[in-house]
Amino acid sequence: MQFPILSVIIFIPLVAGLAILLMPAGRRDWIRETALGAASLTLLLSFIVYVGYDVQSGGYQFTEMVPWLPALGISYHMGVDGISVPLVLLGGIVVFCGVLISWRVEDRPREFFAFLLFLGTSVLGVFCSLDLFQLFFFFELAVFPKYLMIVTWGYPKTREYGSMKLTLYLFVGSMVALLGVLAIYFGSAARTFDLLELEKAGFPLAFQRMWFPLVFFGFAVLGGIFPFHSWAPDGHVAAPTAISMLLAGVEMKVGAFAALRVAIMLLPGGAHAWAPLVLALGVVNVVYGALIALVQTDFKYVIGFSSVSHMGLVLIGFATLNKEGLLGSGIQMFSHGVMTALFFAVVGMVYDRAHTRDIPKLGGLFSKMPWAGVGFIVGGLVSMGMPGFSGFIAEFPIFMGAWQVSPWVAIIAITGVLITAAYILLVLRRVFFGELPAEYLRIEDVSVQDKVAIALLVVIMIGIGLFPSLISPMVQSGVNHVLSLLGGA
Amino acid sequence: MNGETANMLLAIIPEIGMLVLAGTLMVLDLVWHAPYRRLGWITAGGVVVIIALSAAFARPGLAPQLIWGGMLRLDDTGFVFRLIFLAGAGLTALFAEGNENLDRHGEFYALMLVSVFGMSLMASAADLVMLYLAIETTSIPLYIMAGFYIKDQKSVEAGIKYLLFGGMTSAIMLYGFTLLYGFGGTTQIYMLAEQLQAGKVPLFALAATLLLILAGFGFKVSAVPFHFWAPDVYEGAPTPVAGFLSTTSKAAGFAVLLRVMVAVYPTQAQLWMTVVGVLAVVSMFLGNLLALAQKNIKRMLAYSSIAQAGYILIGVAANSTLGTTGAIYYLMAYLATNLAAFGIVTVVGKSVGSDEIQAYSGLSRRSPGLALGLLVALLSLGGIPPFAGFFGKLVVFGAAVQSGLVWLALMGLINSMIALYYYLVVLKVVYLLRSDVETKPLPVSITWKVALIVCVAGVIVLGTIFYPWYTAASAAAAALF
Repeated sequence: MQFPILSVIIFIPLVAGLAILLMPAGRRDWIRETALGAASLTLLLSFIVYVGYDVQSGGYQFTEMVPWLPALGISYHMGVDGISVPLVLLGGIVVFCGVLISWRVEDRPREFFAFLLFLGTSVLGVFCSLDLFQLFFFFELAVFPKYLMIVTWGYPKTREYGSMKLTLYLFVGSMVALLGVLAIYFGSAARTFDLLELEKAGFPLAFQRMWFPLVFFGFAVLGGIFPFHSWAPDGHVAAPTAISMLLAGVEMKVGAFAALRVAIMLLPGGAHAWAPLVLALGVVNVVYGALIALVQTDFKYVIGFSSVSHMGLVLIGFATLNKEGLLGSGIQMFSHGVMTALFFAVVGMVYDRAHTRDIPKLGGLFSKMPWAGVGFIVGGLVSMGMPGFSGFIAEFPIFMGAWQVSPWVAIIAITGVLITAAYILLVLRRVFFGELPAEYLRIEDVSVQDKVAIALLVVIMIGIGLFPSLISPMVQSGVNHVLSLLGGA
Repeated sequence: MNGETANMLLAIIPEIGMLVLAGTLMVLDLVWHAPYRRLGWITAGGVVVIIALSAAFARPGLAPQLIWGGMLRLDDTGFVFRLIFLAGAGLTALFAEGNENLDRHGEFYALMLVSVFGMSLMASAADLVMLYLAIETTSIPLYIMAGFYIKDQKSVEAGIKYLLFGGMTSAIMLYGFTLLYGFGGTTQIYMLAEQLQAGKVPLFALAATLLLILAGFGFKVSAVPFHFWAPDVYEGAPTPVAGFLSTTSKAAGFAVLLRVMVAVYPTQAQLWMTVVGVLAVVSMFLGNLLALAQKNIKRMLAYSSIAQAGYILIGVAANSTLGTTGAIYYLMAYLATNLAAFGIVTVVGKSVGSDEIQAYSGLSRRSPGLALGLLVALLSLGGIPPFAGFFGKLVVFGAAVQSGLVWLALMGLINSMIALYYYLVVLKVVYLLRSDVETKPLPVSITWKVALIVCVAGVIVLGTIFYPWYTAASAAAAALF
């Protein structure tokens, strides 16, 4: 038996979180060092999986399978393919950076870091699941860390509203998806939750068309699909920095990934039927999200809406159902995850020091916190899809794919990118350049931990931008499998 | 004594054990006057012995077997339910021990054991006469337990209210039993179906018996519209008793409901599935919507318990092995979960002197462990993994889909969303709000700690390791069909 590396990756945060809960509340040093140790180990192992994944042979690798409840066809089935490997790495990166960014949490650090790590287990678990029950199990596992972390450590003015809105929105989505999941289970002749078996189940076309929207939209709520996106900006803004990073950076990908893995891959006939609607909604996401971001005066809301806009590109890529579009979506999930984690980290750093996120009150901060400024600039370039950065590698194929479906879709979506450039540059100028208000003359630069996090995220985005071959072939191998399922319908 | 009688005696060894334990406790209470008598631990220890006895001697064979002249049925259903009741009794005894007003009176434990004795017979009764006697044996001690604080008006009111409601619904149910006997000519549950069919009893007459009987069972499981007693009784009764009522007594109600519906009305399945389905929907909606408005945590848990009965009824309405398995699994999950919740309410109520939700402000700063325990319990009630309630809900909803009752599953899902809101609001109070006393630690006795840890561990184990419990539930379900 090979080393169960995926299980280890998933359970390290869980075990560390439980261990932290048992520590004395006063030992903040133990608590955060344990958290950092666990997050580093998770990151290291997910990097090993990334390097160790054999792109040539493709398919599901590092698989583990243990019967969980055979009577119902439930098994503990782990495995990753070319689409999920980058996402596992993304999870490792963002949890690691989230721990670093939260280094100075003072209120009940024990619960904070434990819940943060539980959230890490949840997202990593979804990405590695090859069993539908298990996927849903990990998906729902995120409910309580998300809610409690936002309501307890969030932005005091909106945390009660934002946390409840986010939780209930997402819970409604997942309940709708659950109904679809049950239908898939009882619709399959084999009565199994195993995704690999279900991929081959060959559901009747009418069945697929009926249940696809429930599963897809149910999960896509977490992906921020229009018109069910409004939890995202409110929730992200209300959340403490590390949770905003995880929510926008990884959780939204969990939604998109589950929609792909369950809805598109198990019900390809339904995907073909419903693709035009998804495409249209994706375009609305991109343009509408960007336009709303343009008029925000709250720094964090700008980023919150930019996530909605960028997730629209992922949805467009899915809905093209072609090679380029899916490839772009796969890369975009990773690229956007890193980028938005960086954005939220920078917003958090600015807020911690300036104690406001009101853009008109800020200015000239580059001179005071150059690391954060550089981070924001790089993130901004990625966000605009500038060549040489990871955003370009992701967005270009999506537009190529969209063009094949309809040039108009591509053209409208590209206007979204132009608007993105506008709001990013506006915010950059107003927050980091211009005149430094007198009250900020004494603010400090960001901490060492912050710098490590910024540097890591920046290096990844530039690295992928300069060497697309680091990620493209991997995602391509995963996409090929999706295409074979789609072609078979 | 011939071999058959010996076997039949062995089959009721657990019940004999319960009575012996109850008697022992009464005697101990009379002769032993030490300040700390640890009667709760003695009860819990005795319960463990009885569990061992029933596993060793009272195991049912592969095929169900009628014993004692057809009064009882030795099958997996009775066996599994008995274990559920015993677990509930053992934990409740531990929660009662820290409560001077209960612990000072040894008869409390004896009453509880007599009630469990009745439940155990309820779960294996195969004859209407036996069933009725068992239900009364269960209920009468419960009435006394609900009104156990004789100096507290609310508790006495709870006891009387429970007695009046119980007496009335019991009478209605008894009328249903007599009609069944009149139409079928037998009191044997497992012969009634055949007799009723042979006698060509008109559907409306059968429907009438069904509704009359459901009044009694509905009272026991606190399903709408037989739920009116629940909020007042839960609020007024001693908190450990409320926990016992909401879990163990409810489970007993479901045991007879499942058995009688499946055995007596197989040809009227469509009818009773619809009726039970409707009861499920109204219970869920009414329970959840009223729970939203509650300020007192015991009342909130009472309404939540009505709603939970609704979810379990979905499993009953599915009328399938999967549905019944789900209902039984749900009951196990609910037992651990709700006992944890009521246990924490007991502990906090004793220190803070209030059961208002507002009194839980700052609990996470004051006692992080209790806060986490409450988190586990409430999220399990809300159906969030990795806690037990998630799997229970999944199976009952799945069973509804399997039986073609997609609408019922949908109603259940909608209610899960409503319910999550008020559970989260309590967690918000626990984690976010501050209070003046939050730096003062909250004392938790060892007994309570043990009981709470067992409950919370049970919630997590039932929510992650399904195989043994599911297998037991599924054996219990299979014995009914």
